Amino acid sequence: MMEIRTPKTHKAKRVLEKRAPKLVENGKKTLILHGTKTSATVSSVLMELYRLKKGGAIKYSRRNENIRPFESGGETSLEFFSLKTDCSIFVYGSHTKKRPDNLVLGRMYDHHVYDLIEVGIENFKSLLSFSYDKKIAPHEGSKPFICFTGEGFDNVPELKQLKEVLTDLFRGEVVENLNLTGLDRAYICTAISPTKVFLTHCAIKLKKSGTIVPRIELVEVGPSMDLVIRRNRLPNEGLRKEAMRSSKDKPKKKVKNVDQNDVLGKLGRVYIPEQEVGKIPLADKSKGVKRERREGKLKKNKEEGSASKKLKESE
Amino acid sequence: MDTEMDQIYQIDVGNLLAFNPNHRFPSAPSSREELVKECVTEGTKLVQAIADTLFNFPSTETVDGPLVQLPPPTTKLPREKHLPMPKPPTKWEEFALKKGIQKRKKDKIVYDETTDQFKRRHGYDRVNDDNDIPIIEAKASDEPGEDPFAKRLDDKKKRVGKQEKNRLQNLKTAAKAGALPSHVQLAVTALPISGTKTQPQKIGKDALGDVAGLAATSTASGGKFDKKLPGEKPPKKQGKHHKYLPVVPRYGVVDEEKEQTNKVLGKLLSKHSHEILNVGKAINMYNDKKEKKKSGRSDKLKAKKDITKKKPYANKAN
Repeated sequence: MMEIRTPKTHKAKRVLEKRAPKLVENGKKTLILHGTKTSATVSSVLMELYRLKKGGAIKYSRRNENIRPFESGGETSLEFFSLKTDCSIFVYGSHTKKRPDNLVLGRMYDHHVYDLIEVGIENFKSLLSFSYDKKIAPHEGSKPFICFTGEGFDNVPELKQLKEVLTDLFRGEVVENLNLTGLDRAYICTAISPTKVFLTHCAIKLKKSGTIVPRIELVEVGPSMDLVIRRNRLPNEGLRKEAMRSSKDKPKKKVKNVDQNDVLGKLGRVYIPEQEVGKIPLADKSKGVKRERREGKLKKNKEEGSASKKLKESE
Repeated sequence: MDTEMDQIYQIDVGNLLAFNPNHRFPSAPSSREELVKECVTEGTKLVQAIADTLFNFPSTETVDGPLVQLPPPTTKLPREKHLPMPKPPTKWEEFALKKGIQKRKKDKIVYDETTDQFKRRHGYDRVNDDNDIPIIEAKASDEPGEDPFAKRLDDKKKRVGKQEKNRLQNLKTAAKAGALPSHVQLAVTALPISGTKTQPQKIGKDALGDVAGLAATSTASGGKFDKKLPGEKPPKKQGKHHKYLPVVPRYGVVDEEKEQTNKVLGKLLSKHSHEILNVGKAINMYNDKKEKKKSGRSDKLKAKKDITKKKPYANKAN
């Protein structure tokens, strides 16, 4: 026997609807996790990534013993966390003798691991070690510029994948309208060698240039680090095709109060509120100006006038 | 100038993304600081290139600043979840399509003739509300002794139940197509959703008592010499389940044993005793046996043939 289960509250319903697969998706959320052991570097990298991504990220602070993304069976609890938190990008930090200061960046499709790339962290410089004018500090959740330089991102398959993952990680939500004054950060990735990428986070200063386009100055605000490529796993070809599918028909926005008529063409409907004639204030309501009184007075005056005439006549 | 820049850089304004695939360090940077400086200046160029296109878009002024409409992103990135599946038509929708029945909107408010008023179609104080009728006229088809009011209620309940059943069926087909509405979950009542763990069932008082009784009587002595716990009741069934009927009946009572045997004999010897026999089953059994016999024989024959063939061959070789 089956039972239909529906959420008991409207809030729960809204939450479920938010998680459902959609034609136009919301931004990908990021899950930040620790492995069994993390060095100071790795934990601060995870902390600072969380600070950069705040609003679109969830950070787990406990150690995870059963997560080994590259091994079979080591991804079950990762997939469970993804389902639980509705995150589709994860950053997993660990530190072992074999792979010191290790970071695994991965993406999920339908809460299953889509692709993975493992990088080592070198030359890490924390947020706190940068000194700059705090006025230009980027705001939380602002849309970043993302820049990639170096031919490695075009030729080396690992770097190509890293570029895609980093873009997905940093770009945030896809927006239609953008406030130009809100642009205040940029991520800069440079391929130094076929296995090494320099990544830094900069604040943007918009200077006057005399034209509409301002002159742009970048100030490094950190964190900055070198990413050394280690292992990677490319997505399954079938899965990739499935995940890249997009629908041609955009969801139509419902246009209210506009009809299309064969004879008359486009017809609009306008709402006119009820005309409460009875409630319209009259010009003057004071006693002296009332019509009856006015007329009465006139009448009286006439009568008096006639009466006086009569009197005069009688005299 | 702009076209040259575009050729050098790959720009995706929708993502505010720029890529310079042609950059090469003029000379290997000697120190870390030099490298960082070089990277940042290169990045500045890229950001400037995006800004050049971005700030030239038509903008609308708002209180917070100029708003620009971004084009859709050009870099293809994988989706987070699969595309939503189209919802399969319900039984009714299928039927309506076949018959050409079209949806039409009904007014919320309907004229009620009995009260000479406009009333709601559904809900409180609605049109033609059955509950408002105090008297139901008797019909010739009415069954005597049946409460028409109770019957009406019962019918309504049945209709609601049927609709619920139909709804469940439609949801099941939708679930098969992967198009279940996001807020609906279909759960098997007897089994957990995960399917791995068995759902802990609540054990009732009776079941607990049964288990306790079983445990208490499962010693060698049948629990005779065990210490009783405070509040423990004596086990429900104690030995002797088979009751033998007395051979000699008590005075004035019908002989039960005789009656029992009589009953069985009567069944067998009665006029319609052939109806007890399941003829179909009997034929099947008979046929089965026959076939088994046949196949057994053929096996034996085959085996013999093989032996006879081999023997002369072996002789020849010798």
